[in-house]
Amino acid sequence: MDIAESLGRLALFADLSPSQIEAIAHSHEEDVFAEGERVLRRGLSGGDFFVILDGEAAVRVGDEELARLSRGDFFGEIAALTSDPPSADVVATSVLRCLVIPAAQLERLLLERPQVMLRLLKMEARRVQGAVEWRT
Amino acid sequence: MADVTEPFPPGTYDVVVVGSGPGGLQMSYWLRRLGVSHAVLSRDDAPGGMFQRFPIFQRLITWTKPDAPVERTTREYEWYDHNSLLAEEPELKALVPSLMDRAYDLPSRAEMETAIVAFAEQAKLEVRYGCTWESTTHDEEGITLVTDAGEYRSRAVVFALGVTEPWRAPVPGLEHAAHYVDTSSPERYAGRSVFIVGKRNSGFEVAQGILPWARSMILGSPRPVQTDALALSALRIRYLHPYDEYARGGPGTYVLDVTISRIDRNPDGFHVVTQGTTWDGRLEFDVDDVIAATGFQTPLGDLPKLGLVTVNDGRVPALTPFWESVTLPGIYFAGNASQGAKGLGKRGAGASSTSVNGFRYNARVLAEHLAEKLNGHRRPRKSVGDVVPFLLHELTSAPELWIQKGYLCRVVTREDGDFVDDEVVPLAHFLDSSGPDAVAASVEVDDAGQIIPTIYVRRGGDIAEHRLEPHPLHEYGGEPYRRELASLLAAPGS
Repeated sequence: MDIAESLGRLALFADLSPSQIEAIAHSHEEDVFAEGERVLRRGLSGGDFFVILDGEAAVRVGDEELARLSRGDFFGEIAALTSDPPSADVVATSVLRCLVIPAAQLERLLLERPQVMLRLLKMEARRVQGAVEWRT
Repeated sequence: MADVTEPFPPGTYDVVVVGSGPGGLQMSYWLRRLGVSHAVLSRDDAPGGMFQRFPIFQRLITWTKPDAPVERTTREYEWYDHNSLLAEEPELKALVPSLMDRAYDLPSRAEMETAIVAFAEQAKLEVRYGCTWESTTHDEEGITLVTDAGEYRSRAVVFALGVTEPWRAPVPGLEHAAHYVDTSSPERYAGRSVFIVGKRNSGFEVAQGILPWARSMILGSPRPVQTDALALSALRIRYLHPYDEYARGGPGTYVLDVTISRIDRNPDGFHVVTQGTTWDGRLEFDVDDVIAATGFQTPLGDLPKLGLVTVNDGRVPALTPFWESVTLPGIYFAGNASQGAKGLGKRGAGASSTSVNGFRYNARVLAEHLAEKLNGHRRPRKSVGDVVPFLLHELTSAPELWIQKGYLCRVVTREDGDFVDDEVVPLAHFLDSSGPDAVAASVEVDDAGQIIPTIYVRRGGDIAEHRLEPHPLHEYGGEPYRRELASLLAAPGS
């Protein structure tokens, strides 16, 4: 399956036309990480925005696992949008295939494709809601 | 039957290297220096790899400046010579500039091929030529390569096969088009209308090559031309001319952001149906010729069937920071395919593993990694003396750090109140492995394209990143830098 086909199946890009999805697939690269490899590094600058195409990853701070991520999930958006270093590690827990959107290009993509921005915002809102419910 | 004088008979070696282009030769050079038993196999009959045929239009895009502010035999000169292979012997260093006619600061294909042949001969690198790798078995004990000369068994294989097999994007009808590799006679496009599928290196190279001949030309692919990225790349020197014609509105040359729905062949030529990606709408073209300039792939043989995972639509292997397959332990890649390890991808311009200037360093680091892993060999570690000027000098002039920006770093480790040299390693390896207190220096680029000298300090297992101030001359040896680095390295509370 090529990248465009993989992206077309993910909720984040569900409102885009096939040629818009193809433009995103061709404008960005995919990367594949070995099991155990660190993808996002807590406290170090330069995290990109990652969309999982295949495989699983864990969000960790030290030895504590905060969340599990799988196909269709994304990570790195907060660091990419705020330019702050990531606040957690993301580690591949299987062979992990991601679309990588460099931090500097995420903002432009979201402005050009507001449908993606809205989807991202809703998914973000659900994460915040989940975190609040968990704490209370 | 094999000639008995041929080197590397079938059998067992610590490492087998496949390929006799710059990646394979550079790998073999460093393995031999480190005393790692290895065989080098190549299906070609002479050294040179892709430079025996490519680039089609005969001029490289990577520079070599025959005269520079430093002597050709110095390490610092490597920064000015992006094409010569590396060696420790002065007579093997910087072979490319001595062969250039200086028509350009970019060598010709023939000059590059001659330099690679000269390196193989003068370094007395042995290769078993005319030996074709046919299939592979992989188990916990190691790897067996079946070749037409017999079986080679080893604990690690380094494939240096280039990224040279023509690849066509999965566009219906593109199989009827000529590929970039078939375009070496530009005069056959005289007076014709041409649609080029692809707007990266080979697309613009072929467009530039046939611009003096073709009547009209359309370049089409989904991704916009990234002029801001190209402005910082070596490609701008030659390949942006067709784009320039389009940007100025010259009728007859068009550079379009489109997906190509299909290509129909008809008695008059081709009918191309396209759909805009950065704009809404559909355009159809009738042209005399279509050229697929959709790039190349690594010839991976049966490795994908064994579970090798790839990136970029199956075109290059997905690799760890030490260029090992993420799924097949013991299978490594050198040369152009080492681009399958993307590094941290931090900001701006990154590593140059797609060309000799970057992958020659990857080969040295990989050879040291294999020597240590397979033979327990480690270079003798020496004190760096005064650590502050040592690291600042590396940041200012180490070609490994300047060419493999954000990918390779120089590491010094604290030992008994002193700092010892731990050489050059992938930055991701330093950041993700635990170890004693140590410091890594790397050269990075920010979003605005500014070059940032960066220091990572590992203390008690935690790593802190420090970005030093940029300098207009990229000279980081001055007093403010000394003070800042000294305070970063001082023990906490001291």
